[in-house]
Amino acid sequence: MIDRIGQIRAEAEAAIGAAVTTASLEELRVRYLGRKAELPNLLRGVADLDPQERGAVGRAANETRQALEGLITSRGAELELGELRERLAADRVDVTLPATPPQPVGRLHLLTATRREIEDVFCGLGFTVVEGPEVEFVRYNFDALNHDPAHPARARSDTFYVDAPAHPDGGEVLLRTHTSPMQIRAMELQPPPISIIVPGRVYRRDSDATHTPQFHQIEGLAVAEDVTLADLKGTLLAFAKAIFGDEREIRLRPHFFPFTEPSVEADVSCFMCADAAPDADRCPLCKGTGWLEILGSGMVDPNVLGAVREHGYDPEKHQGFAFGLGVERIAMLKHGVPDLRLFYDNDLRFLRQFG
Amino acid sequence: MKLPLSWLHDYVQPDIDARELASRLAMTGTEVDRITHHGVPATDNFVVGKVLAAEQHPDADRLRVCTVDIGDTEPRTIVCGAPNVAAGQTVAVACPGAVMPDGTKLAKAKLRGVVSLGMILAENEIGLGPGQKGIMVLDDAIPAGTPLADVLPISDEVLELEITPNRPDCLGVYGVAREVHAATGAPLAPPPWKHDVGADTTGSPPGIEVIVEAPDLCPRFTARVFEDVTVGESPAWLKGRLMAAGQRPINNVVDITNYAMLLTGHPLHAFDLDRIAGARLVVRAAVAGEAMTTLDGQERALDEGMCLIADADGPTSLAGVMGGTRSEVEAGTTRVLLEVATWHGPTIHRTSTRLGVRSEASARFEKGLPPEGCMEAQAVATQLMLELTGARLLPGTLDIKTANGAPMVIRLRDARVTGLLGTDIPRARSAEILRALGFTTTDAADGLDVEVPSWRRGEVTREADLIEEVARIDGVDRLPATLPVNRTGLPGRLAHAQQLRRRAEDTLAGLGLHEIVGWSFAAPDLPDRLLAPAGDVLRDLVVLENPMSAEQSVMRSTIVGSLLDTAAFNRDRGHPDLALFESGAVYRRGTAALPDEHHALGALLTGTVRPATWAEPEPPQADVFAAKGIAEAVLGALRVPFTVRAVERCFLHPGRSGELLSGDVVLGLFGELHPEAAANWGFDEPVAVLLLDLGKAISAAPEVHAYTDLTTFPGMRQDLAVIVDESVPAEQVAMVVRRAGGALVAHAEVFDVYRGEQVGAGRTSLALHLEFRAADRTLTDEDVAPVRERIVAALRDELGGELRG
Repeated sequence: MIDRIGQIRAEAEAAIGAAVTTASLEELRVRYLGRKAELPNLLRGVADLDPQERGAVGRAANETRQALEGLITSRGAELELGELRERLAADRVDVTLPATPPQPVGRLHLLTATRREIEDVFCGLGFTVVEGPEVEFVRYNFDALNHDPAHPARARSDTFYVDAPAHPDGGEVLLRTHTSPMQIRAMELQPPPISIIVPGRVYRRDSDATHTPQFHQIEGLAVAEDVTLADLKGTLLAFAKAIFGDEREIRLRPHFFPFTEPSVEADVSCFMCADAAPDADRCPLCKGTGWLEILGSGMVDPNVLGAVREHGYDPEKHQGFAFGLGVERIAMLKHGVPDLRLFYDNDLRFLRQFG
Repeated sequence: MKLPLSWLHDYVQPDIDARELASRLAMTGTEVDRITHHGVPATDNFVVGKVLAAEQHPDADRLRVCTVDIGDTEPRTIVCGAPNVAAGQTVAVACPGAVMPDGTKLAKAKLRGVVSLGMILAENEIGLGPGQKGIMVLDDAIPAGTPLADVLPISDEVLELEITPNRPDCLGVYGVAREVHAATGAPLAPPPWKHDVGADTTGSPPGIEVIVEAPDLCPRFTARVFEDVTVGESPAWLKGRLMAAGQRPINNVVDITNYAMLLTGHPLHAFDLDRIAGARLVVRAAVAGEAMTTLDGQERALDEGMCLIADADGPTSLAGVMGGTRSEVEAGTTRVLLEVATWHGPTIHRTSTRLGVRSEASARFEKGLPPEGCMEAQAVATQLMLELTGARLLPGTLDIKTANGAPMVIRLRDARVTGLLGTDIPRARSAEILRALGFTTTDAADGLDVEVPSWRRGEVTREADLIEEVARIDGVDRLPATLPVNRTGLPGRLAHAQQLRRRAEDTLAGLGLHEIVGWSFAAPDLPDRLLAPAGDVLRDLVVLENPMSAEQSVMRSTIVGSLLDTAAFNRDRGHPDLALFESGAVYRRGTAALPDEHHALGALLTGTVRPATWAEPEPPQADVFAAKGIAEAVLGALRVPFTVRAVERCFLHPGRSGELLSGDVVLGLFGELHPEAAANWGFDEPVAVLLLDLGKAISAAPEVHAYTDLTTFPGMRQDLAVIVDESVPAEQVAMVVRRAGGALVAHAEVFDVYRGEQVGAGRTSLALHLEFRAADRTLTDEDVAPVRERIVAALRDELGGELRG
């Protein structure tokens, strides 16, 4: 009996040592230690043996089983390690091949991105964003904004009119030439104080490298009892710093607009030649003047406030400023876009650069 | 307006150069477009010479070899081609080294073998006139060798000013001089009309009668009569000034009217008195059907809104716009009627717009000129008529006026100045500025009483206008920069709808679509190209009365047009795979006074849905489901619950398009473009689109999303497969499941579709994931079993569905 156990052990140890795969090792485990194998059956038959033999045979069989189990476990670990290495080697790829790109993101149009940037600046300054119709009455676009009946902007050579019957109160129907009509519409809806900006699309009959028949403006309006021209300057300065950099300065120049009095144009200090002395040869942007014109503005004309008197605006009591800036102009200056028409070509090679 | 600096210097001489003056003017409200140079860039080497001899050139018929004394020790030889050159003349000479107006430098030249040391000048060669008559012949009293610049205005700097429409007074040299005086402090000379040689006569001149029948159109009409006029060329100084100011010299009488207009800002008109039929002028409104020929030779048809001056033979001048040929001053004219009037601005504007004539006169009159200006222009012109044409002024000035400009006094309150500007300007400073501009000021208790001068009466009518005058001259660039106090009581922010619009746009960009900004304009055949039937809403176009081109003569009635235009544009530039979106208004005529405008969000996909890679050489093509996926993502981002059903829309593929609904409200459409519509933009592959009415979608979005407890009591998931007729839409199956299952069905969605032999011809097997959930307990099989039975029964009864497997 003891000899037989020794034989099994020797045979099994040799076989386990020779096993080359985890699968063949598993076969050996079944063969030597499985339910139908000789050794476990020997152990089960120990009870039938002679009492003198019982102890020695049982001990020998048990020792052998434990030894074989240990051997299989350790040999198994060895084989698994080897097999893992082989599998990893087989999984090897050329990592220098191109990646699988995630779905590439799209871009907002530069005009949208610029409009949002400006909106956010003015939200931070306490302005609310309102919008209005692009097809508008003459009353809102010109009359209520103190435009002289002979003002050239009213001419059919300058402004698009819509083929529609004139309205008894609103007058003729046109494509708004600026976002300013919303000054009146907003004041009709909200008594003073009011602080709004109005982004939107506007239209003028003009088409060349610096004019497109449609473009975008952002109107600003702040009316209370104590809003001053100096406040306009401070507001525009904050805007200029936010958009063009903290080092910028604002310069106001007197001008004329029908709906503001006093009227001023605002220039921002040139950001391309900020560190150098203004020089015509060096700066293509400001042409050496050191300043870039960015918008028209002024104190709301008393006649404009008078047009909404019945909505709580009293030109003797209320005052404020208004401004109108061109989104395209700001985007062109900031990003060096040379031609207005690029915005409306929508060439993918242009669109991908911004937003 | 072109302002020659030498002319300005007659009245004000600021001690600064042209560039600095331009900057000072710009900072006080008069924009300077540019500074140009008129005539020669430098006056060196231009001198007066005497022609001692002029001989025929031996080898050229048209050339003369002249001996010219220019004050040197020896006279020099100059070859001259002008036919009028002759010995004994005093002439203008450019010597080698002189730089001509076009920048070329004159050099010693050999002309057909004869060396020429200079050039005898014609007036057009140095910007002094049109120069049809050969070389200039100067006054013999000028000695040889005199620098030419001492006797002729051959070199001048010119400021090109942009005069804002509220300042017609600055359309005259003296008006600008007044601005320069206020802006720089340099003293201002008295106005050139201060002494009027015609002022000491009274009454009206004999031999002419004027009737103003339309005083509302002509507030003042003045006229003087000159006899013994000799029409001829103007002197060089006058021609030079007019040329520098951009006016072509014509003859002395016309030049005088132009000169007086440029100086005073008030236009004048000279009639040949002998050509006024009946020696009687009537100022009246035109009658429809009347016509006249204006000075430019054009026959003009007049209408009732226009104002004209007629004589016995009918209209002879288009009042305030342009004179007529019939009474034009010409070579033989000896008797001149000089008319200076003021006209009703809007009438002049309307007339000039109607007829498409914009003259120097109409550009000034349309702004409404003060009646006082008439006599200022008369005074300046009278002086010159006497000096330059040999004329005699008949005594008297004809003067018909309905109203004098009433003097206007405005109170300027100190507190208001400070309050509006946000900075203190002392009263004395305000007074100083206003007086420099010609206003009269008197101290009042709380400020100044300010009388407005005639030339500003049209636009300075209120306190705010005075504050502008003070602010602009004091310097708005010196204002402090302060921030207004926000008194609205509200923070600045975007409205909810504006935030959601941004979210929708960001979602599309995040999904790989590029935003475009298309034209609001469209071609009128847009509805045709989109296969719209008669009466379709796409045909409810907003039409422009005055478009710039036929291609842009209506407003777009859908956003799909500009998306297709842009897609075709990029496809033609080598980009066949496109994912684009646009967010903007579309316009429909509607029935209200203003058209319907709604904010549309459109997306377009064509080509592959993602770029090909080595691992996926052929990605799928964009189709109806790609568009639907974009729709789900956008509406999902907005948290808008929606359903889908098949739809037939003219421009969409009838079997591959659907509409998106929130309840009964249609939020938009998705699908593949109808192949015929796609072909109209040159696409033969599928073009998938999504069109949303963003306003409606945003209205369907919850403003605040309330919390739902989904974690305390977990749901139970089951699958269910049902075979239905293939005509039954999947959405309908899901709806029956939800309705039959009631409140416990938290979710039901199709995850597999099978057609084939096992389910039978004409039948489809749909497999659904179901999730059951209750808010107050964990569901058991006993809870769910009856619900599932109800669902199965409903599918069977309502849709003929049989359970599979």
